[in-house]
Amino acid sequence: MKHTIAILVEDQPGVMVRVASLFTRRGFNIESIAVGHSEKPGISRMTIITSGDEKVLEQITKQLNKLVDVIRVRDISPRNVIERELVLVKVHTDSLSIRAEVIQLVEIFKAKVVYVEKNTLTIEMSGDEEKVSGLLELLKPFGIIEIVRTGRIAIARSKKNGDI
Amino acid sequence: MKLSGTEIILECLKQEKVKVVFGIPGAAIMPLYDSFGRVEKLSFKNILTRHEQGAIHAADGYARASGEVGVCITTSGPGATNLVTGLANAHLDSVPLVAFTGQVPTDMVGNDAFQEVDITGITIPVTKNNYIVRRVEDLAAVIKEAFYIARSGRPGPVLVDLPKDVLLAKGSFKYPEKVNRRGYNPSYKGHIRQIKFAADKIMKSKKPVIIAGGGIISANASGELIKLANKTNIPVVNTFMGIGSFPKNHYLFLGMLGMYGCYIANQATSNADLIIALGTRFDDRITGKLEQFCPQTEVIHIDIDPAEIGKNVGVKIPIVGDLKYILHQLNNCLSERDNNEWLTEIQDVQGNMVVQPEEKMGELRPKYIIKCINESLKGEAIIVTDVGQHQMWAANYCQILHPRTFISSGGLGTMGYGLPAAIGAKFAYPRKPVICISGDGSFQMNIQELATAIYNRLPIIVILMNNGYLGMVRQLQELFFEKRYVSTLLAGSPDFVKIVEGYGGTGFRVDKKEEFSSVFKKAVELEQFVLIDCQIPKEENNFPMVQPGSSINQMIGVEES
Repeated sequence: MKHTIAILVEDQPGVMVRVASLFTRRGFNIESIAVGHSEKPGISRMTIITSGDEKVLEQITKQLNKLVDVIRVRDISPRNVIERELVLVKVHTDSLSIRAEVIQLVEIFKAKVVYVEKNTLTIEMSGDEEKVSGLLELLKPFGIIEIVRTGRIAIARSKKNGDI
Repeated sequence: MKLSGTEIILECLKQEKVKVVFGIPGAAIMPLYDSFGRVEKLSFKNILTRHEQGAIHAADGYARASGEVGVCITTSGPGATNLVTGLANAHLDSVPLVAFTGQVPTDMVGNDAFQEVDITGITIPVTKNNYIVRRVEDLAAVIKEAFYIARSGRPGPVLVDLPKDVLLAKGSFKYPEKVNRRGYNPSYKGHIRQIKFAADKIMKSKKPVIIAGGGIISANASGELIKLANKTNIPVVNTFMGIGSFPKNHYLFLGMLGMYGCYIANQATSNADLIIALGTRFDDRITGKLEQFCPQTEVIHIDIDPAEIGKNVGVKIPIVGDLKYILHQLNNCLSERDNNEWLTEIQDVQGNMVVQPEEKMGELRPKYIIKCINESLKGEAIIVTDVGQHQMWAANYCQILHPRTFISSGGLGTMGYGLPAAIGAKFAYPRKPVICISGDGSFQMNIQELATAIYNRLPIIVILMNNGYLGMVRQLQELFFEKRYVSTLLAGSPDFVKIVEGYGGTGFRVDKKEEFSSVFKKAVELEQFVLIDCQIPKEENNFPMVQPGSSINQMIGVEES
């Protein structure tokens, strides 16, 4: 089963390596990893998508907690959270009619065209996993040249769900 | 007043009450070694070893014997990479160490400079934490934190990488009084409700067994463990790392558990209805085949590291915290009980099962050698071992009565650990006899430390169990690989007596049973470095044992007499 793990870490060089090395060494799976500054100075927030049964998840959180630079770890999947991923995708648009078709899809998905040139369109979209893969699936037949994904990030929906 | 980086380090080591450091200088760490020569009187002993691996094992042996943090110092590059085995060794056995490594100047880091390696990157998986100090202003705080993290919670090794320019730079010095890391808060006090729950479970159990692990020794909780056993009459087995946590001559002591453990310890644990696991991580050498390890037994697991609880074995009552504190509370919740029925059942299981084969006349065999040592020293010595067959003979036969008097590489199984660790133990207890039980394979892996031991006039007695083989591997080849002795015959080994004499020590060779006792007596009386090369039978085996992949109650090499 997939799990979203939110981790608060010290904003220090090498923290990313420590976290990633732990996953590799103990054979835990990482589907995606995203990191950036948090609301508190000196603290970064990481979101890791991983998979495993209950026992594996327990080990992941316990082992992460042992890292001195890790401040807090939460498996937030069962909670009420909002998840987003940002995707940039470059698609072939060989003719005007194809371009129109792609732009229509972009509008339906509330995505955005961020760059146009003669034979390509670059599209920006954010959303949960379902939405992102939905659009990518529909763009595939046109010929995707390049995809860049940030990896998923997540936040608790309401204050009473607790900070993660 | 501003101090240089090296002066700050000296000040920090003084504040941490470091008594001895082991190491070897080199280009990048030279300023630090130079500062040792600048002060009128060093606050610690500075011991030059002959290999960096020797330095870190010596610091490790010192830490295990004394309970204090061991310290080693090496230069950058190869000096630093030579520490990796020693760090992994200390990490797996939870030994508090601080390792200082030199590093190329900060402006050259990342340039593949001479003797540069990314030692913090390399050692992430084998240290509890590590640091590279980039500014002299951070130095004191990092060192304070390194010592604090090494010794607190579940102890472990910490590495501090010191770029040369940081050693030379000047900064103001203030040693922090305490460490405050929001990501590091070991819990010491167990949950009182869980403790009461555990006490209740113990009182209701019919066939309880205590598994005493290395955590008892780390937590200095032997006294509390003995009290627990005495009060409840629960039999005690120990893990390899737990040797010394419970006196072997106690009437409730059953022996060592696991692959090369005692028949009775393995049987009793397998038949128990309740396991009280104290400071153990249920390593595969303890559990044997995990699925068959006590599937019906309920487990109370007390450990300071929450990640160890439930990692390998399912746990009914988990308690996280300091064993000394928790056992004290647990003892208060327990009332006295007897266990006569269960203890009789255990004795019946032992019945007339004996380990095969019996001794032949006149042969100098490991069990006899250790019996002589026991009779001579009566458990009042520090036994340090290397890794292999001799290690398991020592673990099973040595009379160990006190914590921190059996020192051996458990988790990593590092051949070559014995001699340098014995050096470290001797520095911790100069007046206690230190016996290093080694084998001809292991001993040659750090044989250069003979110079360190003999030059420093350390009266260590090395018992070399010499069978001309990498014996443990040979035994596995004999039993499970149809006696194909590939690469286990140690042809070309030196004359060990001459080697020791070449370094200025004393050596004896013994090949007859009747000679050993008097030679050992002479070695004790000499009070200098002595090696006794014991010619033991070439194909002596460690029995009983559990075949790799089997359940621990299925042992081979033991049968009804």
